[in-house]
Amino acid sequence: MSIPRLLLYPQGERKFGIGCPSQGIFLSTDGVRIRMTLTRFVTKSAFRNRRRSILTVLSITFSLLLLTLMMTIWRGFYIDKGSAQSAQRLITRHRVSLTQNLPVYYREKMRTVPGVVAVAPTQWFGGLYKDEKPENFFAQFGTDPAEIFKVMTDFKIPGDQLAAWQRDQAGCVVDSELAKKFGWKIGDRIVLQGTIFPVNLELTIRGIFIAPQPSITVYFNQKYVEEAVSWAKGRSGTFNILADSPDNVTKVAAGVDAMFHNSPEPTKTESEKAFQLSFINSLGNVKAFILSICFAVLFATLLVSANTMAMSIRERTREVAVLKTLGFTRQTILRLYVGEAIIVALVGGVLGCLLAIGLVTGLANAPGMGFFFLGMKVTIPTFLLAIFIAGLVGFLSAILPAYHAAKLDIVEGLRYIG
Amino acid sequence: MAIPISYNIRNLKLRKGLTIMTALGIALTVTTAVFLLALLAGLQKAFMASGDPLNVLVMRKGSTAELSGGFDADLFPTLKTLPGIAQDRDGQPIASGEWVVVVVLPRKDGTGEVNVSVRGMMPAGLTLRPGAKLVEGRWFTPGQREVVVGHSIHNRFSGANVGDTLDFAKGQWKVVGVFNSGGTAYDSEIWGDVNQIAADFDRQGGYASVYLRATDPVAADALKHRVSDDQRLKLEGTLETEYYEKQTSSGGAIKFIGMVVAIIMAIGSSFAAMNTMYAAVAYRSKEIATLRIIGFSRPSILTSFVIESLLLSLLGAAVGIVLMLPFNGMSTGIGNSLTFSETVFSLHLTWGVAMTAVVFAMIMGLLGGFAPAWHASRQDILTSLRA
Repeated sequence: MSIPRLLLYPQGERKFGIGCPSQGIFLSTDGVRIRMTLTRFVTKSAFRNRRRSILTVLSITFSLLLLTLMMTIWRGFYIDKGSAQSAQRLITRHRVSLTQNLPVYYREKMRTVPGVVAVAPTQWFGGLYKDEKPENFFAQFGTDPAEIFKVMTDFKIPGDQLAAWQRDQAGCVVDSELAKKFGWKIGDRIVLQGTIFPVNLELTIRGIFIAPQPSITVYFNQKYVEEAVSWAKGRSGTFNILADSPDNVTKVAAGVDAMFHNSPEPTKTESEKAFQLSFINSLGNVKAFILSICFAVLFATLLVSANTMAMSIRERTREVAVLKTLGFTRQTILRLYVGEAIIVALVGGVLGCLLAIGLVTGLANAPGMGFFFLGMKVTIPTFLLAIFIAGLVGFLSAILPAYHAAKLDIVEGLRYIG
Repeated sequence: MAIPISYNIRNLKLRKGLTIMTALGIALTVTTAVFLLALLAGLQKAFMASGDPLNVLVMRKGSTAELSGGFDADLFPTLKTLPGIAQDRDGQPIASGEWVVVVVLPRKDGTGEVNVSVRGMMPAGLTLRPGAKLVEGRWFTPGQREVVVGHSIHNRFSGANVGDTLDFAKGQWKVVGVFNSGGTAYDSEIWGDVNQIAADFDRQGGYASVYLRATDPVAADALKHRVSDDQRLKLEGTLETEYYEKQTSSGGAIKFIGMVVAIIMAIGSSFAAMNTMYAAVAYRSKEIATLRIIGFSRPSILTSFVIESLLLSLLGAAVGIVLMLPFNGMSTGIGNSLTFSETVFSLHLTWGVAMTAVVFAMIMGLLGGFAPAWHASRQDILTSLRA
């Protein structure tokens, strides 16, 4: 028969109780019996100095809030882009740069490339809606109403609305999120003031489409621009291509570029995702920027947490000596303190993540924010990763002080005055 | 009577580990804030310094950037003969018709391709940009497929040395010189002869913009209005300084994110500082009671602990700024939504930035230190002595 292990239970600042966890019995100094387990011991100790624990939790909360925010932005930029159908699409532009236009007859030639299912021209209009404020900025493309939704297969638009747009040369279709933001309804008129093309477009909204991810796009008939601006005739900035399968995307890209390789106006074709990434890269070195902030935050959190654990364990030097006297092994003591730090860090982590969810949702819907956060949300993997990081920080921060406590000399510890 | 500061300094020294850890935490926050501020300062400099107050930029009405569209070359002689334009040594008005186009160049370090602005200009274009100094080689010769590259381009792209050839548009261009305009947006451009560039990009017969050099700032303003108000021209004049000021807004996203990051980190660090100060108060409760008995008043104890917290945060700020020093001058590129091309700018640790960082750290120290200091000054003397 093994000797039942006795356990010390902290009650407030200086009171202790004694108990026997294997029997599930505990007697406190004021004679109240409470069920006691190791887990409970750890939880109780973690919050015995309430003010310090709350401050530490809050400190970790804000760090994790920032970390989750950064991870969400990262995800939105580098991982999130594209539905299954998006992986099947390509974008062709002029080899020299995006600002050079291509002849529109390239479209029919592209159709002959094996693997090409549909091709639609898209011309960036870059007009102003209302004013130059960034929150009124959105993408405007002149295109061919007959084919654009055959390429953008994951954009959903009711058949009658599409037909209405195809009939009206001065009509346009808008993204549902965009319509919600500006309060647009079918039949509303919007005016886009030309900056690249010297024409102001007066468009009637004929349809509202739903994109898998907010596309902040308005499509209109490119003929409208072509009839107003002579030099825009027969030219298109880009072509959107739908390939027959995601596996054929590279082959189609090579095929299209090879077709125009020796012409005076060569092309560059890349997957939709690669095309979008090149835009994000033009924002500057965002990757390094986010990463360095994440590391600074992590390191700061680690410092804070380690600092608190060191303080709180040092304060309990005598208690550790008592625990050891009672027969607790080094391993158990190590586990007790590491567990305590992990619990504090996890509470902070969960709070931080919840705050981040609130903040991201708030920013995505805030007026005047533009579209930076639109469609971004804290996903479950991000949430879990953040909490795992919080736990890891707790673990790392406690290892050293807990190790010191575990190998403490009993007599020295009992003599410790603080 | 006030408690001497040396008391606080000695106390910070006594608990070295705790002090260093807390100060480092604050330091990291300060470094992040300084990094972001320096980024913005550099960005500001790249765009603000780019404009010359004497230069008037003429574009088609409705155009927001030199990249968007152009106007007929026939208008150039009219513009050139407007009053208030400075004359060069030969008595010719200093005016330059220009095209700005974008080409894609591969980065030197192999991390992908970047959009770069190429500016075609008349020889007068060099005269009206006295800020751009030749560092190496010579200026391009009109009528030749020659270009000079800005100094950021020279550093960041392969094949941008004197004697190299750059491959864009319809063929090869010989690099004949490198210029430096002192960290402005021009340093991220490639310059060549306007006719050569227009031919390569099929844009003959017009200009995207015309630059006019005014004799003085007053004339520049008059020139700007004269161009804009002339109904027949359908053109718009802008001071070059105004034009670049507008482009600074492309740093808006960085600014906003930077502010959010700095504020959230500061709140987190304040809590950490508060923790340390509470611990400091708890360790010294007997000491504080003794001080009270000797006759130090509650306000002087409050002040003393707030000062200690401020000292802690100042230490953090100092370390934070030092940690930032190696990054000073580091350059990075930012895409510009108006020109679609990359402008390179460097982190710029100014005195203003450093001062802001110090104030920022002190606010953290104050926030973190006040509650514990209040707590210390309100302690009951007898209970504290017995503890």
